[in-house]
Amino acid sequence: MVRPLVRDRFAVSIQTEPFVTEALQKALHEREAGAIVTFTGYVRACNDGAAITALELEHYPGMTENSLRAILDEAAQRWSVLAATVVHRVGLLAVGEPVVWVGVSSAHRGDAFTACEYVMDYLKTEAPFWKKEHGDTGSRWLEARASDSERARRWQLP
Amino acid sequence: MIRVRFFARVREQLDCELLELPWEPRYGTLDGLQAALEQRGEPWGDVLRQPNLIRAVNQAVVSTNAILQAGDEVAFYPPVTGG
Repeated sequence: MVRPLVRDRFAVSIQTEPFVTEALQKALHEREAGAIVTFTGYVRACNDGAAITALELEHYPGMTENSLRAILDEAAQRWSVLAATVVHRVGLLAVGEPVVWVGVSSAHRGDAFTACEYVMDYLKTEAPFWKKEHGDTGSRWLEARASDSERARRWQLP
Repeated sequence: MIRVRFFARVREQLDCELLELPWEPRYGTLDGLQAALEQRGEPWGDVLRQPNLIRAVNQAVVSTNAILQAGDEVAFYPPVTGG
């Protein structure tokens, strides 16, 4: 059975401000939820052997939000999802700061685990964000990773 | 008018984030618009001919050619790297 999508249970936020994961998780909880799975992505101190001092994130305003909502819609069509939230930061971030948060609540853990991973895999390959690394030796735009595309392809229906 | 946006490395390479072009018939397809932009001279040709360039029309990714109309918004950008 496909659950009718309740819009306000599927939230997307693109923001420069830091986020508080405890508050986001609490907002996802409801009486029917037996499981909440969350993912937090952080700025790493080094990438491909190079030391990083900061990460700059650019996005395509409007398209980013629509793209993330479409990913949440698709997840809710494929699994039994009660509520889901994506928060993604943009602007200049320091090493160790959280970049992205995905939370999914469901009646049981299986759907929550799977839908959360699906949302992250598609976010990484479809949502229009770009990362630029700043380090001691200069700045560079990150290249897309083939391993991310392969992860997203696993979800394609036959 | 047609609005053309560029993001990330493509934006920096072109030193341009937004073009607002008066409508011309040669912009009637995505390929036609891209060809017209490539003819603006360097660096436009090299930057827009780079492999893996992603094209979006009205904020949806387009994998083949597409019909354009006055008022459309087109974007050119490199593969995404969020998350």
